[in-house]
Amino acid sequence: MIVSQKALDRFLPNVTMPARYAGGEWNAVHKDWSQIAVKVALAYPDVYEVGMSNLGLAILYELLNQQPDVVAERVYAPWMDMEMAMRRTGTAAFSLESRHNLCDFDIIGFSLQYELNYSNVLTLLDLAGIPLHAAQRGAEWPLIIAGGSGAYNPEPMADFFDLFVVGEGEEVLLELVNLYKDWGGVSDTDSLRKDAFLRRAASIEGIYVPSLYHIDYKPDGTIQQIMPRGTDTPLPVRKRLVSQLPSAPVRPVVPFVKAIHDRAAVEIMRGCTRGCRFCQAGMIYRPVRERPLSAVLQIAGQLLENTGYEEIGLVSLSSTDHTCIEAMVRELSQRYQEQRVSISLPSLRTDAFSVELAQIIQRTRKSGLTFAPEAGSERLRSVINKGVTAADLLQTAEAAYASGWLRIKLYFMIGLPTETMEDVLAIADLVKAVRSIGLRFHGKRAQVNISVSTFIPKPHTTFQWLPLADAEEIAERQRALRRELPRHGVHLSWSDASRTWLEAALSRGDRRLGEVVLRAWELGARFDAWDEAYQPQVWQQAFEKSQIDPAFYAYRKRPVDEVLPWNLIDVGVESAFLWDEYQRSLRGEPSQDCRQGCLDCGLRTAFELQQCPQLAIPDQA
Amino acid sequence: MSDHQVQRLRVTFGIGQHVKYISHLDLMRAWERALRRARVGVAYSEGFNPRPKLVFAAALPVGFTASAEVVDILLEQPTDLQRFAVAVEAQLPVGLELVSVTEVPTASPSLPSQVTAAEYRVLIETKEPPERIQALLDRLLASDTLLRVRQRPQGAKQYDLRPLVHRLWLIGPQEEGVAVGMLLQASAQGTGRPDEVMAELDMADAVRGIERVSLKFAASG
Repeated sequence: MIVSQKALDRFLPNVTMPARYAGGEWNAVHKDWSQIAVKVALAYPDVYEVGMSNLGLAILYELLNQQPDVVAERVYAPWMDMEMAMRRTGTAAFSLESRHNLCDFDIIGFSLQYELNYSNVLTLLDLAGIPLHAAQRGAEWPLIIAGGSGAYNPEPMADFFDLFVVGEGEEVLLELVNLYKDWGGVSDTDSLRKDAFLRRAASIEGIYVPSLYHIDYKPDGTIQQIMPRGTDTPLPVRKRLVSQLPSAPVRPVVPFVKAIHDRAAVEIMRGCTRGCRFCQAGMIYRPVRERPLSAVLQIAGQLLENTGYEEIGLVSLSSTDHTCIEAMVRELSQRYQEQRVSISLPSLRTDAFSVELAQIIQRTRKSGLTFAPEAGSERLRSVINKGVTAADLLQTAEAAYASGWLRIKLYFMIGLPTETMEDVLAIADLVKAVRSIGLRFHGKRAQVNISVSTFIPKPHTTFQWLPLADAEEIAERQRALRRELPRHGVHLSWSDASRTWLEAALSRGDRRLGEVVLRAWELGARFDAWDEAYQPQVWQQAFEKSQIDPAFYAYRKRPVDEVLPWNLIDVGVESAFLWDEYQRSLRGEPSQDCRQGCLDCGLRTAFELQQCPQLAIPDQA
Repeated sequence: MSDHQVQRLRVTFGIGQHVKYISHLDLMRAWERALRRARVGVAYSEGFNPRPKLVFAAALPVGFTASAEVVDILLEQPTDLQRFAVAVEAQLPVGLELVSVTEVPTASPSLPSQVTAAEYRVLIETKEPPERIQALLDRLLASDTLLRVRQRPQGAKQYDLRPLVHRLWLIGPQEEGVAVGMLLQASAQGTGRPDEVMAELDMADAVRGIERVSLKFAASG
């Protein structure tokens, strides 16, 4: 079923930003469905502008569409006014390219990047007329799958997905699509057949099928055991690593609407070697694989030719760590300066940002520079292994202001383990010091923007056993910091306390939270990441009705021997390594960047890596 | 640089069904990117944030289609018009259609300042016979004033729509109703909007599509 232009014209003029739903963008792929064997819908459960900034889906979109008999189309979560209009007019969820009902697709793949997007997943399924629970869906329904960082603790959403893709999707998704092709696809109502398919899928490395596991709980609510059903069922499920960094997308869809990240993105590196103890991405995306300089240059060239973007983003978890970053920025700047193409480096390390780099970027600079010292005191930075000194930060600020930037943005966290009020107030000292450097160069025009969020312990990290910091304590620290900060030239933003507990509970939750997510959605939870949409009382009610205390997940300190819900996913980093890092953090001992020497996190052995990290060779253009 | 031999091209283009929901800013961005891809040598402004030198005659409201929108594009180097047209056409997204390209003197007055009026074609879904619609149009034209209020960020502003309606006529029956034509003032002295005219006729809910047929320019253009 295709949604007609006429039907859309009836209500699109009356919703906010109708262009979100209209499609027709440059490089969008339209294929003849009669020639297609497998139709895949790639769904990002947030609004268009957010979803279009996700590089992962852009990679999969291009990859899948390169297969002649496969089509990949996009769908994003409809904003509340659009959802209402769709329900009122009986319009089903549809893809942007062909406007086919989501239900017409063979596979629907969701990208789970943020726990507070989970409710939107249910909206899309419901608007497509698809039963929400995997157990309710036989083989006649599309295969509903998920990937992204959320797949590393898939348990809270395990009820709704047939399978999860854990790790890098490039190879495993194609393998799954091919399996689906061989299996003969849908139009078969035999549910045993679907079970057999899922079992077969589970044998593909990186695929987690929740229905093949049973969870037993102890009386105290913690997990007794994770039981695989059947002898062939893997436990744990190991994340999938691609053998080589695959070619990057060079023909991404260019949105009409302004996306959050509105630029030609080149993924220059995967993984990160710093080992910051709070950071989940650093643990789940390792090992580091750097893209060679020549490849980056070639991709950038093709991208600009195919898109006409005015900005290139050199994207990775820590771009300034790339072995060839200076040569890269210099070369790109030289090639594209005349075309007025600017270069952005989104992830800047405070201790790797040189004056040279600053001067190259500043030729085509845009807005501000962002750094993340994260903690105010040296002591606390050592605890969290953010190896940045105050001297680094001030040197960087000097380089930035001297090169012409007026605005520097700094990210900090409060609620970190072993934190004292002293550590929090040290943030103010740092900010004042940075500001005075700015004043020296630019007088009153110099600006420091700081963002202070509450630390949330995440699965697969050193701090995964720790409770979320007490809400009252956080509030007190926020107040104290606010009093200490200068009122002029400093702009402050906070994370919202009413959402922190929810994110904390969902990120380290188990399967029982599926009921809570469903209830919250039924009560009207939507776009929980958005201030204007979030309704904390709806979630509180959902927890109450399900007789589950969110504090059990968010505020409880877990013993080292507890079976954690995400233990069934193996990211290659050993639990023993994480525990050891945790002990080191309590002693205030930092650990080195593993570029300096291997720390034996377990990855090398787990994946039999010849080279770890995999670095680009400098001076090879 | 001011001693470059620059060229000013006036491009007329259409905005079709596929792109009618994009905003004016979206449209500007789409043009900038299409021109970059076409590599036709657009000139840029100086300073901190160089922008390509494109000037649109008038912004089109979201949801409207158009047959003859106009944009002036400044080029760094003089370019053959045919070559320009072919290169740009290949890079325009579906829905943006190149209608014509002409050259205008670089010192011509700014394009937006030359706009005086705009002609619209409004599609109405109705079971009313054309004579009845004609009667409603006649009644509006017979009024001396049509006082209305526009909500502005600075506050509500009262204005008179009547003098902004230069012409209003019935085009004829359509598939599900009728098409109405109107010529509305569009200048610094006041701009009339077709949806406001339809609201005055009590037919706002019956509108199925609005097309800006063309823009009118001052004689010197």
